[in-house]
Amino acid sequence: MAVETPLKGNIGDSIKRKEDDRFIRGKGNYLDDVVLPGMLHMAINRSPFAHAKIKSINTDAAQAVPGVVAVVTGELLAQHKLAWMPTLSGDTQAVLATDKVRFQGQEVACVIATDPYVARDAAGLIEVDYEVLKAVVTPQQALKSGAPLIRDEKEGQTNNHIYHWEAGDKAKTDEAFAKADKVVKLDTFYPRCHPSPLETCGIVADVNPATGHATLWMTSQAPHAHRTLFAIVAGLPEQNIRIISPDIGGGFGNKVPIYPGYVVATAASLLIGKPVKWVEDRSENLISTGFARDYYMSGELALRNDGRMLGLRVKMLSDNGAFYADAQPTKFRAGLFHIVTGSYDLPAAHVVTDGAYTNKAPGGVAYRCSFRVTEASYLIERLVESAALEMNMDPTEIRLKNFIQPEQFPYMSATGFEYDSGNYPRAMQLALDKLGYKELRKEQAEKRKKGELMGIGVASFTEVVGAGPGKHYDIAGLRMFDSAELRVHPTGKAILKLGVKSQGQGHETTFAQIVTEELGIPAADIEVQEGDTDNTPYGLGTYASRSTPVGGAATAMVSRKLRDKAKKIAAHLLEASEADIEFDHGKFFVRGSPSKSKTIQDVAFAAYTNLPDGLEAGLEGVTYYDPPNMTFPFGTYLVVVDIDRGTGQVKVRRMVAVDDCGVRINPMVVEGQIHGGLTEGFGIAFMELITFDEEGNCLGSNFTDYLLPTSWETPKFEMGETVTPSPHHPIGAKGVGESATVGSPAAFVNAVIDAVGHLGIRNIDMPVTSDKVWAALNEKGAAE
Amino acid sequence: MGQAITVTVNGEKRSAEVEPRLLLVHFLREKLRLTGTHIGCDTTHCGACTVLVDGTPVKSCTMLAVQADGQQVTTVEGLVAGGVLHPIQAAFKEEHGLQCGFCTPGMMLTSIALLKENQDPSDDEIRWALSGNICRCTGYMNIVKAVKSAAVQMKAAAEVPAATAAARS
Amino acid sequence: MLPAPFEYHAPRSVDEALDLLDQFGDEGKVLAGGQSLIPLLKLRFASPGHLVDINTIKDLDFIEERDGTLRIGPLFRHKAAERSSLLASRYHVMADAAPQIADPIIRNRGTIAGSVAHADPSGDWGTVLLAMDADLILRSKKGTRTVKARDFFSGPFSTALEPTEILSEIRIPAAKPMTGGSYLKLERKVGDFATVAVAVHLVMDDGKVGSAGIGLTAVGPQNLKAEKAEASLKGARLDDAAIKQAAALAAEAADPKADHRGSVEYKRNVVRVFTERGLKRAYERARGGG
Ligand SMILES: Cc1cc2nc3c(=O)[nH]c(=O)nc-3n(C[C@H](O)[C@H](O)[C@H](O)COP(=O)(O)OP(=O)(O)OC[C@H]3O[C@@H](n4cnc5c(N)ncnc54)[C@H](O)[C@@H]3O)c2cc1C
Ligand code: FES
Ligand code: FES
Repeated sequence: MAVETPLKGNIGDSIKRKEDDRFIRGKGNYLDDVVLPGMLHMAINRSPFAHAKIKSINTDAAQAVPGVVAVVTGELLAQHKLAWMPTLSGDTQAVLATDKVRFQGQEVACVIATDPYVARDAAGLIEVDYEVLKAVVTPQQALKSGAPLIRDEKEGQTNNHIYHWEAGDKAKTDEAFAKADKVVKLDTFYPRCHPSPLETCGIVADVNPATGHATLWMTSQAPHAHRTLFAIVAGLPEQNIRIISPDIGGGFGNKVPIYPGYVVATAASLLIGKPVKWVEDRSENLISTGFARDYYMSGELALRNDGRMLGLRVKMLSDNGAFYADAQPTKFRAGLFHIVTGSYDLPAAHVVTDGAYTNKAPGGVAYRCSFRVTEASYLIERLVESAALEMNMDPTEIRLKNFIQPEQFPYMSATGFEYDSGNYPRAMQLALDKLGYKELRKEQAEKRKKGELMGIGVASFTEVVGAGPGKHYDIAGLRMFDSAELRVHPTGKAILKLGVKSQGQGHETTFAQIVTEELGIPAADIEVQEGDTDNTPYGLGTYASRSTPVGGAATAMVSRKLRDKAKKIAAHLLEASEADIEFDHGKFFVRGSPSKSKTIQDVAFAAYTNLPDGLEAGLEGVTYYDPPNMTFPFGTYLVVVDIDRGTGQVKVRRMVAVDDCGVRINPMVVEGQIHGGLTEGFGIAFMELITFDEEGNCLGSNFTDYLLPTSWETPKFEMGETVTPSPHHPIGAKGVGESATVGSPAAFVNAVIDAVGHLGIRNIDMPVTSDKVWAALNEKGAAE
Repeated sequence: MGQAITVTVNGEKRSAEVEPRLLLVHFLREKLRLTGTHIGCDTTHCGACTVLVDGTPVKSCTMLAVQADGQQVTTVEGLVAGGVLHPIQAAFKEEHGLQCGFCTPGMMLTSIALLKENQDPSDDEIRWALSGNICRCTGYMNIVKAVKSAAVQMKAAAEVPAATAAARS
Repeated sequence: MLPAPFEYHAPRSVDEALDLLDQFGDEGKVLAGGQSLIPLLKLRFASPGHLVDINTIKDLDFIEERDGTLRIGPLFRHKAAERSSLLASRYHVMADAAPQIADPIIRNRGTIAGSVAHADPSGDWGTVLLAMDADLILRSKKGTRTVKARDFFSGPFSTALEPTEILSEIRIPAAKPMTGGSYLKLERKVGDFATVAVAVHLVMDDGKVGSAGIGLTAVGPQNLKAEKAEASLKGARLDDAAIKQAAALAAEAADPKADHRGSVEYKRNVVRVFTERGLKRAYERARGGG
């Protein structure tokens, strides 16, 4: 019997994940699994109204419930200057409402009790006297003159407008439109949805009043940044705060912001002197924490008769809810939405954005997306679909005609991004071949003759991920670098400590592989640690697909740093000059005589036992990596759908996904990331929706209404890959966590529009539900 | 108010005095500290809390602890037998059927019940059987693969002793 | 989301359960599969003082055909219906509906009787029973009465059941030869209630429709019986014109509300489309196909 040599874990090896060993045994340690002696439980009383003045709060009945330790109101917090906190976009947000409530589900008061059931009983007994005010539920309403002022507490705020931000060149764009043979326009709405990881958010706050030390277990995608913000908000000395982000049950952006519950639990623990646990239930998660999207977009494409694009004009109005809390780099008021030129060589573009307050939950997190790239990608890919229909061109032909060509990289876009690398036609061709595109077009034509509706959707997305560079990109002033600390012990085993934090992406495995590739230590011998601010170097965290581009680069760089030192030691051991030492997969040897070599393990041992004169002992190092540019993953997704004319139901028959994320560290993990993203993209396209009625009541406040795809609805995915390495990333990787959520919604919707475009239908807003499809068909007299 | 119950959890008899309103999932997590059973929703949709009650998958957030009195409950912690992983556990790791791991215990328990009834399920049968368990991370592709691969392993394991027995007689 | 306190009772016999219910009156609630009641308790939409769990009573989980009647016990669960070869071979409308209820895990516990007692206008089993002209046997300490399915439902979540009564049996006329049925449900995903569903139970007699039962889900304040559509088919040949006419009448009988699942017009149209498709499928099956 042949014995398989186990994979060492080099780049490109699909080794199995280390973290799985605890998860498959039910031995993960998620937030709600943390139990401390004497721990109390917190429950939150929330506003039933979207907009109302608080006239009074009576907590007597709640206080009287046996087991209740304290009831915290905004007034109490105000005494400690904690009633308001800063948001990630430089605004303020109420921790507990004092003056009025500004969205349904807003935090009003908290009960701390010995038992979670009792805390919940008592929270229901808090009596709040409200005077209901008129609610504002869309940004269009918000900006009308005479609209109720939502942020009346904010000095100088006289209306509901938040920001105005532009990118690109207006004059040049106007010129392009003046020259155009044809202008194609699309108004579309990317509705509010929610990352909704399977684990909700929570905290266990343990503040020791005697020492002033605060240990906070938090579902945090960015523990270091959160520690700094906590230090600033709560006025605690930063060295006394330790944030531990344990195993996280999915994040997708939901666990980037700091939520009021975290602040109250921490304050309560400080005041009471006991640990306090707060874990959201699902409806709290959906109604109050980080929503995503909610962008009203209008795009115009200037074209020549031959289908060549000349210019792009975009207007966007965002609904930011009651507090401007988007998690995004400071300079960019609408995130990286200006990547909206996508994969196309657009000589001119101009993007105008505005944001408004409404009586809805704050958030604006990037749900599996790099700061609004999803909205941008959706708009351009949908707009190109419209253009193809209007110009009577095949949607692949118009794309091929306008793609940035491989030889144009690095490519400076009209809105100011320098695309690092790409080969868009190759990825598209592979996808078309895999699908059998031409055959399917024939089938579609046949079906159409019989009155049957079938569609093929195309989307060729380009993402921008991996922020920094730090000079352009920061979160709340903190530059977006990231870090890695590597310690190689005498026996050749290593610990890698990172500033990023996995939420399921498999960092414990894939980051070890980078070290394996660079130093030759088998992945199995490398322990990866993350999430504990006391034990890991400072970093900005995991979101916006930045772990591999930034944290991964830091890992490669620190490994190289150690390799350089190891070379010196190897030279000493081999009695050769350092300049003559070569390194290959864990072995150091003198150039020309590979038989005489020392392994990395030998060298590690010598680093502690047998050093050349003048060299410091140890084999450890730390790197803070500030990327020179972002990375630009891309791909082509193709979707085939069939539509039932009687019910409007859309059935996804096939989906082909070709991704290029540069070098793949662990192809198995990469595919898994794409599968997950495609599924979330499918959910967004067809079912995930948070919406509100006229009074601002949230419709979509639990899984009865906020629909997540199950194994049954989810399409089966057919995968393909091309590899265009990033020229500036140390290992050529680009990040892949979000490509599929960014690229796929447009592919799904384009498939539906492709099926009905010949009837004159150009748009159906997401989620594309059966009733909307039927209504569109019915309007054109094409429904059964 | 407390009510005395005895539940056999992972083969071990566990007695406790509980409030009637205590949900089975909280009994397992809080009273027995078996935290492998998770909570992902409050409307009986997600299946993160799935356990086997007398061999049948049940959402433990939608059953009272008092209702489990006298019954057999299996949680993820009960899957390892004699230090050896259950084939479904091994297959989930092998096929990358998990990412964050939050849905995994429920997914595996539902899969085990499926494989008991159907030793050779098709992709669609697996997808159908798992449609009461939501996963936000994996997109289900590799979960289906894992269940199929476990099915093969379990069948092979079942055939070996049978073959050995046949050889002996 | 955690329930408010209550007391819990696990009677060993129906008589014991009826005694308890009699004692508690409005404060008592039967607990069957718990797949509707426990979610309600958790959301605190219901907080009864006493739960009377019937799962501890033996012999309530049955299905049998006897004396020209199909009898179903109060603990007959959705999953058992899904697996029943009896239903699959002769009661297509039930066999079709069962796997479309909720999701596979919920089906392991939820019961048909519990669904009917719960009387959610979007629930599926009430519609099926309306189409099949079922009788519901209601038992209390004081005695037993029989209520026709069509007289049972009286609005959203309200029925002829008294708080002291148990729905102790569902009785359905045994299927004759040449019976066919179907249940078509439009749901947004597994685990979703119906946007619209249509139950058809068709008995053919000598090439003509002997009787046609048509039930509608989620398009009114309760599960509906499309009586005019049913009447239009009685004695008719099931040709396209008859099907179209019945479907139009069923759509008229629907009284949906516009919501985020669709407009009134949309839902009515789905009723029409599903009635047409359902009748065709049922006819096919009655003749031994599909
Ligand atoms: C996520 C989810 C999705 C669902 N989807 C669907 C769906 O698509 N279609 C559908 O039809 N249902 C659906 N359901 C409901 C499910 O079918 C329930 O099983 C059913 O409604 C109630 O049955 P039960 O046995 O669980 O009753 P319980 O929850 O125990 O009881 C429900 C009510 O009926 C009363 N009751 C129960 N049995 C009796 C009896 N024998 N006599 C008198 N009163 C009684 C109880 O007191 C209570 O008021 C869903 C439920 C969930 C949680
Ligand atoms: S916790 Fe979601 S179904 Fe039980
Ligand atoms: S692995 Fe994260 S929810 Fe399934």
